[in-house]
Amino acid sequence: MRPFEYGSALDVADACSKGTDRSSFIAGGTTLIDLMKLEVMNPARLVDLNNLPMGGITIDDKELRIGALEKMSAVAAHPIVATNYPMISEALLQSASPQIRNMASIGGNLLQRTRCGYFRDTSTPCNKREPRTGCSAINGENRMHAILGTSESCIATHPSDLAVALVALDASIRLQGVQGSRSLKLEDFYLLPGQTPDKENQLRPGEIVTEIAVPRLPVARRSTYVKVRDRASYEFALTSAAVGLELDSATIRDARVAVGGVGTKPWNLPEVRQALIGRQVSEEAFRSAAKLSVKDARPLPDNGFKIHLVQLTIIRALMNLGGLA
Amino acid sequence: MILKGSRNPIATRSHIFFQHFFGNTTGVLTSKEKGPLCLRDEAPNFSCWLLMEHKADSSTEPPSNSFPDSGTVSSRRDFIGRLAAISAGLTVAVPFVGSPAADAIRRGRVDPSNEPDRSNSLDCALEVNGKKLKLTIDTRTTLLDALRDRLGLMGTKKGCDHGACGACTVHVNGARVLSCLTLAIMAQNKKITTIEGLAVNDGLHPVQASFIACDGFQCGYCTPGQIMSAVACIEEGHTGSDAEIREFMSGNLCRCGAYPNIVDAIKVAAAKMKGGVS
Repeated sequence: MRPFEYGSALDVADACSKGTDRSSFIAGGTTLIDLMKLEVMNPARLVDLNNLPMGGITIDDKELRIGALEKMSAVAAHPIVATNYPMISEALLQSASPQIRNMASIGGNLLQRTRCGYFRDTSTPCNKREPRTGCSAINGENRMHAILGTSESCIATHPSDLAVALVALDASIRLQGVQGSRSLKLEDFYLLPGQTPDKENQLRPGEIVTEIAVPRLPVARRSTYVKVRDRASYEFALTSAAVGLELDSATIRDARVAVGGVGTKPWNLPEVRQALIGRQVSEEAFRSAAKLSVKDARPLPDNGFKIHLVQLTIIRALMNLGGLA
Repeated sequence: MILKGSRNPIATRSHIFFQHFFGNTTGVLTSKEKGPLCLRDEAPNFSCWLLMEHKADSSTEPPSNSFPDSGTVSSRRDFIGRLAAISAGLTVAVPFVGSPAADAIRRGRVDPSNEPDRSNSLDCALEVNGKKLKLTIDTRTTLLDALRDRLGLMGTKKGCDHGACGACTVHVNGARVLSCLTLAIMAQNKKITTIEGLAVNDGLHPVQASFIACDGFQCGYCTPGQIMSAVACIEEGHTGSDAEIREFMSGNLCRCGAYPNIVDAIKVAAAKMKGGVS
C-alpha cells in the first residue's frame, strides 16, 4: 500500500471540498482497502465520510429512502425493506459475507469496482485500470466476464447485486458536490465501457453519494433475487436475476426484470418486462420472455454458457414468484 | 479448565491446539505478548518507522483528525536526521532486517527516486478488550496489523489479508467485521473485542468450550475467526437450522474442512446460550 494522508470530513460541504482526483472518499472501505493493498487504487489522501449524517431508512407514499452510509446488513434486515422490497433484502443477503455486510455502506456498494482478475493484477494490461494499455481478458480467461454491454476495450462485469435490484426498481441515486446536489436514475448513473472503461459512472470529482431513493411500487412487494454462483455462498454471481411480478389473479399486471453477472453495468430488461405484461402466468410465457434477455449478447470463448444460464435464472425467479416452482 | 484429566485423546489434542493457537484468553497483556516489535518481511517499509514511533510516542501531539498542514510535512532530510538522532539515543538493540527502502526497491515496489513519505502517522487511541491503548501509527496500518504487530494480540489471524477468508474476524461495537480491511485509525472510539477478550474470568466462553467439545477444528488457524464469527452468528439469531448456520458462517473458510464439527459446536453453544448457561 502506498502512503496516504487521512482525515475525517466534518460535514458534507467539507467532504466535497476535500475531494480531488488524487483523493478517495472512504466509508466501509471493503473495496478500497483491498484495492489499495493491491496498489490498483493509490489515493494520496483518504477522506473519511463516517461522521456525516447520511444514515436512515425511511418510507412515505412516494418512495423508500436509504442514507448512503447505512450498512448492507442493516438495510437487508430492515422490516420496511424486507416487507416492501424483498428483492433488495435478498440481493443484499446473497452478497459477500456477514462480516463484510456489517462493514460495507450502501453508497460504497454501488461504487464497488469490478472483480475482473486482470483489473486486480497490476502486472497485466487493463484499460479500466490504466487507460489505453489493452484488455487482457478478451483473449484471456473470460469465463466470469460480461456478455452484454461489452466493447473492444473492456468486458468486465459490474459486481454489485444490490445495483441489479435497484435498476429493476427504477431507483435514483442522489449526489452532492461543491456545485450542489442532483439526482440521477441509477441506470443512467452507470456508463457503458465504450472506449473509456476507466470512467464507470457519472460521479464528478468531489461528489459524494448521499442517498438512494426507490419508488413505491406494487410490483416490488412480490419480488425476488436469484443468484447462481460457483459455490453456494460468499461468491460473486455467474448470473443473477432481480424479478418482480404484480398479478391480477393469473394475469401479469406489471413486471420488473434486471440481470447481474452478465453485463458491464447492472442490466435492466424493459423488453422482457413488456413481453410479460398482460400474459397469463405460465412456464411457456416465462420462457419466451426470457429469450429476449440475450438477443444482444456477445459471448466470448469461455462465457457462452451464460447465454443459457441467464435465461434459466430469470425463469427460475419468475416460476418462484408465479407459484409454479 | 473443563478438560483437565480427560483421557479422550481427541479432546486432549484439541485442548493442546486450543492453548497453542488461542494463547492467553484472559485479555491481559503479559510482558511476553507485548514484546518485540515485529519486523515482517511483508511490511519492510514500517521497520524504520517503528524505531521512530518507539521513541516518539510520548511527545507527539494529541489525536487529530484534521489533515496535516502541507507546510508541516517533513522532508526526507528531516526524517533521516531525526532517525539518526533517535538511533543514537537507543540503548536497546532492536532487530533490523536490512534497509527497508532497499528491501522495497529489491522487491520492485518503490521507485528509488521517490522514497515513500513517512510523515503520514497519526496518534490512535484504541479500546481493545476493555483496555484503552494509545499508539502512533502509519495511516496504512490495518486493525489486524495493529493488534498483532503493535499490541501483541496474536490470537487474531492473518489469512488472505484481502477480506476473502474471515480468519481476522473481530467484533467492533459488538458487530463482527474483518480487521484486515479496517484501518486502525478508523477503529478509534469503538469497542474492539478479539478472541483474547472473549473469555470471562479465566473461564471459557460457551462457544470456545463447544469448539473443544465438538472438535470444531483441525489445524486451528481459522479457529479464532470462526469462534468470533460464531458468537456473532448466535447473537444475531441465525442458528435456526444447519443450513442457516452454514449460510451465516460462509464468511469463514476452513481449509481443513472441519465444517460439520463447526456446525455442531455452534448448535451446542447456541442451546447453552439460549438456556442462559454460560
